Amino acid sequence: MAVEVKVIKKPGRTIAEQIYIPEIAKGLGFAMGRFFQNTFGPQAKKEIDTVKYPEEKVEYPERFRGVHRLTHRVDGSPRCVACLCCSTACPAQCIHIEPAEYEPDDPRHGYERYPSVFVIDELRCIFCGYCVEACPCDAIRMDTGIHMPPSTNRDHFLFDKETLLSIPGRDGSYLTANPRHEPGDATHPGIDRERGH
Amino acid sequence: MTTTFLVVSSLVKVLAILLITVGGFAPVLIWAERRQSAMIQDRLGPSRAAITLPASAVTFIDRARLPMWRLAALTGIVAIVALVTLTFIAVKGSNPLPISTSSLTASLVAFGGASVVLRAGYGVHGMIVRNGGKIMLIGLLHPVADALKFIFKEDFVPPKADKLLFSAGPIIALIPAIAAFAVIPFASSLHWDYLNQVLPRTGEIAGPVVPLQVASINVGILFIFAIASTGIIGAAISGYASDNKYSLLGGIRAASQMVSYEVVLGLTLVPAFMIYASLRLEDMTMWQHDHMWGIFVPPLTLAAVNFFVAAVAETKRVPFDLPEGESELVGGYLTEYSGMKFGMFFMGEFVEVVSLAAIASVIFLGGWDVPFLYRDGFEFSLPFVAASYSVPLVHWLVVAIQFVVFLFKIIALIWFQLMIRWSLPRFRYDQLMSLCWKGLLPISLLNILVVGAFILSGWLDGWVAFFEKLF
Repeated sequence: MAVEVKVIKKPGRTIAEQIYIPEIAKGLGFAMGRFFQNTFGPQAKKEIDTVKYPEEKVEYPERFRGVHRLTHRVDGSPRCVACLCCSTACPAQCIHIEPAEYEPDDPRHGYERYPSVFVIDELRCIFCGYCVEACPCDAIRMDTGIHMPPSTNRDHFLFDKETLLSIPGRDGSYLTANPRHEPGDATHPGIDRERGH
Repeated sequence: MTTTFLVVSSLVKVLAILLITVGGFAPVLIWAERRQSAMIQDRLGPSRAAITLPASAVTFIDRARLPMWRLAALTGIVAIVALVTLTFIAVKGSNPLPISTSSLTASLVAFGGASVVLRAGYGVHGMIVRNGGKIMLIGLLHPVADALKFIFKEDFVPPKADKLLFSAGPIIALIPAIAAFAVIPFASSLHWDYLNQVLPRTGEIAGPVVPLQVASINVGILFIFAIASTGIIGAAISGYASDNKYSLLGGIRAASQMVSYEVVLGLTLVPAFMIYASLRLEDMTMWQHDHMWGIFVPPLTLAAVNFFVAAVAETKRVPFDLPEGESELVGGYLTEYSGMKFGMFFMGEFVEVVSLAAIASVIFLGGWDVPFLYRDGFEFSLPFVAASYSVPLVHWLVVAIQFVVFLFKIIALIWFQLMIRWSLPRFRYDQLMSLCWKGLLPISLLNILVVGAFILSGWLDGWVAFFEKLF
């Protein structure tokens, strides 16, 4: 069986390219065109991609995992119920929570707890987002859209409860889109520890 | 001319050259090279180095902007009124107004200048405020930062290096590059006694003459070659003294490349000596001033191209930067150098770029010659028509214009060298050598023959006469 051979011309071997000088002129012309367009051309025609970082900032993508925040309830208290899911899920072990019981006369007493201490070490955090995945209450989020501001002091990277509560989401809201059903609300399913199912 | 006058004027000239090359061109080139490459590649390049002003100063600057703009507009209006009045007087032929013409001219210059300065100040102040009180000067502070870094960096010497030669290398590389400027005429001679007068176009002028050139020596261009070949030693011994095989290879490459291209560099300029009939750079410039720029004499056009290629190779820059060849030789003969010693190599390279641009512009682009500018001022004449329009200028102004135009020619050639540097890929070493010995050398030898025939056949005189009739 005869093998079919298709001869392909070697690229870049025309006489004009072998002489080299026309190609140099072409290359120089292109570079000069680029230079004049970007240096002296009208503003609209400049194609400079550089972002002057501290003055100009590129918006992070929507799903960017930024610094954590603790979401609020409508009354401004943290949604967190101190279940320790996030600190358990955290592979970097950067979340420290000390749970506390509500006062006996509080309607939430015996129903859920709250964090008296909630500290995230942002230096230790690897920004994997597992804590957000683990949270059953949508209480911790990484949708702030900001990265950790630089500092020379390690203590600045220990974010306590107040700091975490003071950071809004990217939409400027301290709440989340998921409504919370407090005990006593009409929408509350009525499941709690004291009254049973 | 007294000896004191000679010594003082020479010292001033030397200082001026140092200021222009080491103090001016070299740092700006460090910036320009990066900035220009960035502009080609759609980047912004170095622009971040900044002096930050305190917030109170920024508030003050912001508040000063509006009055500045108003003052600029006001002075601008006054200048326009003066200009309109002057035009009116010029059209009418006489001055019926109570204000004299000279005071009107003075007010036009003063108010116009003030308006431009204030408007520019308004813009600059706005820029500072927009940058949040940071003075960035489009990145021109980067060379300052670089120099500070070079000075405070550790001056490392390899333990087994030859300490004396290691330290001498950068000096030997830098000094010749600067010394080449000694014979370059920056403008026509300055007639010290007639600074504020319009000189006659031709003829001898009595009184002290200051040539704007450090040394007017009869070997002229040969001095440049002699000095430039000293630069080879700098690269070679720094490569040898570094106690590093990469450095040694880089030094050898540098030496062989520069020796080869030195030959071509000399031979490409032989046609120029033949046509200008002198080795003195000031005489060459004078010939071009009297007749035409060297690049417009047909055989010299080829010589100019050859010279430029050889000159780029002589500076050891891309596409001929094989002595540094970082992909093969780490950094070539620069590998072991750091701090200010590296800075001196760097500076020497840039000063060499400037000096080669200066030589090329003196020999091929007329040096300080400005078209239509003569010793008594501008005279524009049209080809084939008897009409001409002349603007007489005082002597110092003529010399200043020549000097500025010469600097512009240098800058244009440097710009072109940087353009080549960022457009072309590096040669292979055998290609480099065959380009020199099989390409440029035969062409320049042939060119000498052609120029000899050109002169002997009388075509040169014919071409010059034709060109002079044209302009």
